[in-house]
Amino acid sequence: MITVKELTKKYARTVAVDHVSFEVQKGQIVGFLGPNGAGKTTTMRMLTCFLPPTSGSATVAGFDVLEQPLEVKKRIGYLPETPPLYPEMETSEYLKFVGKLKGLSGAELSKRVDYVCDRCAISDVKTKLLGKLSKGYRQRVGLAQAIIHNPDVLILDEPTAGLDPKQINETRDLIKSLAGDHTIILSTHILPEVEQTCQQVIIINKGKLVATDSVQNLQARARGGESVLVEIAGRNGSLDLGVVKKRLEQIGGISRVEYKTSHANRNVFEIESQKGFVRGDLARAVVEAGWDLNELRPAAMSLEEIFLQLTGAETAPAEVAAKGAN
Amino acid sequence: MRNVLTIWRKEMRSYFVSPIAYLLLTMFALIFGFFFWNALGYFVLMGMESQMRGQMFPMNLNEEVIRPLLSNASVIGLFFIPMITMRLFAEEKRTGTIELLVTSPIRDTEIIIGKWLAALTLYATMLLFTAVNFAFLFKYGNPDWKPLATGYLGLLLLAGGLLAIGEFISTLTKNQIIAGAATFGICLLLWVLEWVSGYESAAWAKVLAYMSVVTHFESFAKGVLDMKDAIFYLTVIFVGLFFTARSMESLRWRS
Repeated sequence: MITVKELTKKYARTVAVDHVSFEVQKGQIVGFLGPNGAGKTTTMRMLTCFLPPTSGSATVAGFDVLEQPLEVKKRIGYLPETPPLYPEMETSEYLKFVGKLKGLSGAELSKRVDYVCDRCAISDVKTKLLGKLSKGYRQRVGLAQAIIHNPDVLILDEPTAGLDPKQINETRDLIKSLAGDHTIILSTHILPEVEQTCQQVIIINKGKLVATDSVQNLQARARGGESVLVEIAGRNGSLDLGVVKKRLEQIGGISRVEYKTSHANRNVFEIESQKGFVRGDLARAVVEAGWDLNELRPAAMSLEEIFLQLTGAETAPAEVAAKGAN
Repeated sequence: MRNVLTIWRKEMRSYFVSPIAYLLLTMFALIFGFFFWNALGYFVLMGMESQMRGQMFPMNLNEEVIRPLLSNASVIGLFFIPMITMRLFAEEKRTGTIELLVTSPIRDTEIIIGKWLAALTLYATMLLFTAVNFAFLFKYGNPDWKPLATGYLGLLLLAGGLLAIGEFISTLTKNQIIAGAATFGICLLLWVLEWVSGYESAAWAKVLAYMSVVTHFESFAKGVLDMKDAIFYLTVIFVGLFFTARSMESLRWRS
């Protein structure tokens, strides 16, 4: 549905997007992930024909953004970071205006307005002025205008930014429910959002593509094999960490034992295995050695960790501060 | 064309939903009404004086009242044009709604012409108030309607040009005040350019004076429809809108 090849955007001094390539299949929800200033908004603006790329190409539904922008625009619904609302308009009037801009008219237009109001749960504010709506409603009206012409592709720039937790959940559910009919790209710097809503992740940092894969694959890839965290305590007095480590390493199938932390008399080790399930063997070994097994849990890596690993944990916060909002 | 109409309607609505339109219309009607009252008072006084002296100079409503008033209307318009155009693009840029317009399947020219037509419509509505005043002249006097018609045409052409320039300036900034002030400055400059012809007759002075928007209005006020002057205004309109289009394009390359 969307093909991006070597897409580049240069400003006077900076390169905002640097040779980014990816593909998005029809009907998928793709999370576009990166710290602030990574080039997410710029990439989205190029896909929506708001900005022309410096080099490279992007096609949406088979149409090139530079060659046939009108055809691309017909097939795209776009929600910018701040919903583009006219404060002096009423909700239904605004949706009609947007519908007309997108080429709808007559009975079809009123039908679509009713439909999107229903879908986005904004029917109760139809006759209210947009300037008077709360943040949550504004965001939903923004979504409603994006889907008014039933576009093939939806591009949502940080759709949940600035909402309260309840509204965030509602918005996410709404986006998920739209996935069947539309191909969706949503940008965010909130990782759990991607884990919850998206099937595919595209991670960019400093304008460069860092990774593109499914959420599950990314987690698996970053983790390598299976890893568990185990907390061990001595029965009488403290443990000799070296002895514990040596004992754990003797268990079959374990590839790596790493001492993490200890608190009082409780010591945490991270254990990685290349093959199969080792938790049983592990528990038995600890107990047989006369130690206490306080905790044993899988160390599934969150996207957060993957993200930091991929984008470089040390540089990420500094860069966020330096670049500011994009 | 349909898209132009959509944009036009939206702009008209935002003029008339906010106090902008009502404020401008009221102020214009008030100021023009005052001018009219003065011109008429002076005309009546002159009439009585010439009667008392027993002179029977031909008194002409067109020459003595309508023509100076049309010139006055064009000057008042100069003050109002920046207020009409300053928000056209600056406001959309500030609130981010420009992203909606630009990512919709319509052409830049449709947006630009729709907005320009809305501004011109508001200006024409202001002129409608002057017609109320002139209507009294027709009720109690017998002026020639043709100079009035060309005068209105001239006013619309003149305003069309200045509105196009104002629209262009509005694309350059997010700040309405800056857009308004710059437009006012440029309009005023285009107005007074002809002053150089008062003391200088070199070629450059003639060119400068020719560029002045006011020199081309005189023929319209006189009731003469001079193609040269009409084409001058049409050129200003075209150039203004053309620059607006270029500026909108560069907006994307720069942003």
